[in-house]
Amino acid sequence: MRRFSAISLFREALGGHETWPRQWRSPEPKPAYDVVIVGGGGHGLATAFYLAERYGLTNVAVVEKGWIGGGNTGRNTTIIRSNYLFDESARLYEHALKLWEGLSQQLNYNVMYSPRGVLMLAHNIHDVQSFKRHVHANRLNGIDNEWLSPQECKEFCPPLNVGGAMRYPILGGALQRRGGTARHDAVAWGYARAADARGVDILENCEVLGIRRAASGRVEGIETSRGFIRAGKIGVVAAGNTSVVMNMAGVRLPLESFPLQALVSEPVKPAFPCVVMSNTIHAYISQSDKGEMVIGAGTDAYTSYSQRGALHIATHTLDAICELVPMFRRLRMLRNWGGIVDVTPDRSPIVAKTPVPGLYVNCGWGTGGFKATPGSGDVFAWTIAKDDPHPINAPFTIERFRDGVMIDEAAAAAVAH
Amino acid sequence: MLLIKCPFCGPRPELEFSYGGQAHIARPKDPASLDDESWAEYLYIRSNPKGLHAERWRHIHGCARFFNVQRNTASDAIVATYKIGEEPPKPVDPGLEEWSSRSGAAL
Repeated sequence: MRRFSAISLFREALGGHETWPRQWRSPEPKPAYDVVIVGGGGHGLATAFYLAERYGLTNVAVVEKGWIGGGNTGRNTTIIRSNYLFDESARLYEHALKLWEGLSQQLNYNVMYSPRGVLMLAHNIHDVQSFKRHVHANRLNGIDNEWLSPQECKEFCPPLNVGGAMRYPILGGALQRRGGTARHDAVAWGYARAADARGVDILENCEVLGIRRAASGRVEGIETSRGFIRAGKIGVVAAGNTSVVMNMAGVRLPLESFPLQALVSEPVKPAFPCVVMSNTIHAYISQSDKGEMVIGAGTDAYTSYSQRGALHIATHTLDAICELVPMFRRLRMLRNWGGIVDVTPDRSPIVAKTPVPGLYVNCGWGTGGFKATPGSGDVFAWTIAKDDPHPINAPFTIERFRDGVMIDEAAAAAVAH
Repeated sequence: MLLIKCPFCGPRPELEFSYGGQAHIARPKDPASLDDESWAEYLYIRSNPKGLHAERWRHIHGCARFFNVQRNTASDAIVATYKIGEEPPKPVDPGLEEWSSRSGAAL
C-alpha cells in the first residue's frame, strides 16, 4: 500500500498520476482461510480490517457477490450520530462515533467525516417531550445532545421554515454537534485498501451459494460462485440478504428485508449547513460536498429484494422537505435509488454468535447502519476473534427475542426509520 | 407502485392497500403449552425469502377486507391473490411448515 501524503501526491503529480498502484489486490481465492467474512460492505470490510489490525488475524477473506461499495454502503444518506435513547444503543453508537473521529488518520484515507451537526426537529408536544428525554438520557451517558428553541434552530440552520404556515410547525429540535456525515464510498474503499494492506483477501464477484457444515454441526466453509472455500470461522454481514445466507446454515432469524429509498438533487452552491432530520413528517436532508442535496426517504410497506421502491414514498418525503425548506421547491431531483435493509422487531441490530459453532452474524441494522460502521466492525471482529461478544455488543444477541430482553429503539420515537 | 388485484374489487393501486406481513402464520392451538423458543418463533421469526413470498394485504381504502398475495420478492411481481381460507396456489415456506407441525398450528 502506498501511503497517501503530501509528498506522495507531489511525486505522483510529476508522473501525471499514471503510476498510482491499485488500491487493493484482486486475488484468486485461497483454498482455506481462518476467517471468511460474507459481505463486502462497510461493516464487513471494517470487520476484516479490525481482525487484522487489532486481533492479529490476517488469514482472512471478504467475499462479496457484487463489487465493493455497490450495496447499501454506497446507497445510504451518510448520516452519523450517536444520540440513541437506551444505554446499550448509546454505548454501541458512541463507540462508533469515537472511531469516526480518528478514522481518516487510521486508514490513511480521507473518509471526509464532517461533524457539521445533526438537528432532529420536533413538530408536536410528544416530539418535544421525547427529544428532551433523549437529551437528558444522552447526557447521562456522556453523549452530547442539546435542546434548541425554534429560533435557535433557525440560527443554526437558516434555510428552515420556522414560524411560517406549516401543517406541522417546528417546535424546537435536538442537536448533536458531533454528528454529521462522511463520504460513504470512501469508507468502503478506505477499509478495503487498509484491510488489503494487512493481508486480507477481498474477493469480489464471489457469491455465496451454500454453507457447508461438519457432522459436529460446526461450519467447514462456503460454496461460492468461485469454488469451495474452507473457513475456520464465518462471519455473515450481508445486510438485506442476511436471511438468505443464514438459511443456508439452517438458521432462521427475526429479520424482514425492506426497500429503503434515497435521492439526490442537482448540485447547487453550499446552501445547507448541517443535517436535518424530521421523523414525524419523515424527511432527512444534508448537502454533499459535490453540492447535491442528499435526501433519505422511507421504507416501502412490503418486504422485497428488488433494490427499488415506489415513487409515492419518495414523493411523500419531498412534500415534507418543501414544507421544511421552502427554497428547495424549485430544486430538481437528479437520481433516486433503493437499497435493501434488514429490520429486526425491536429495530436494534444483532451482533452475535449463532447456535451454529463457528458461525457469527452481524445484521439487523435496518435503516441506520452506516453511522455504526467502524464500531460494528470492531466489536464484531472481537466477537469472532475471541469467540465471545465484546461487552458493548453482548446485549445484541439473537436470544433476546426469546428471552424478552429487547432493546426497543423502535418505541423510542426519535430513532429514524 | 404495485398494482394489486383485490379478490373482491379487482386491480387497484397499492395506495389503497395496507401491508399485513407474512401470511399463514396461525396462532398456536394451545398457547399455554408453548415454550419460549416456540413463542419467539411465532412472534418474531419470519421466513423473509428471496423469491416466492405469501403475505397478507388489506384493502383498507376499498372493501377493507384482508386477503393473501403471493409475490416474488426478487422482482416484486405478484404471482397470485386469493381469499383468506383458500389454498395457496403454490406451496408455502417449508420452514413454516416444519414449525407448524412442531407447534400444532394450522397453516
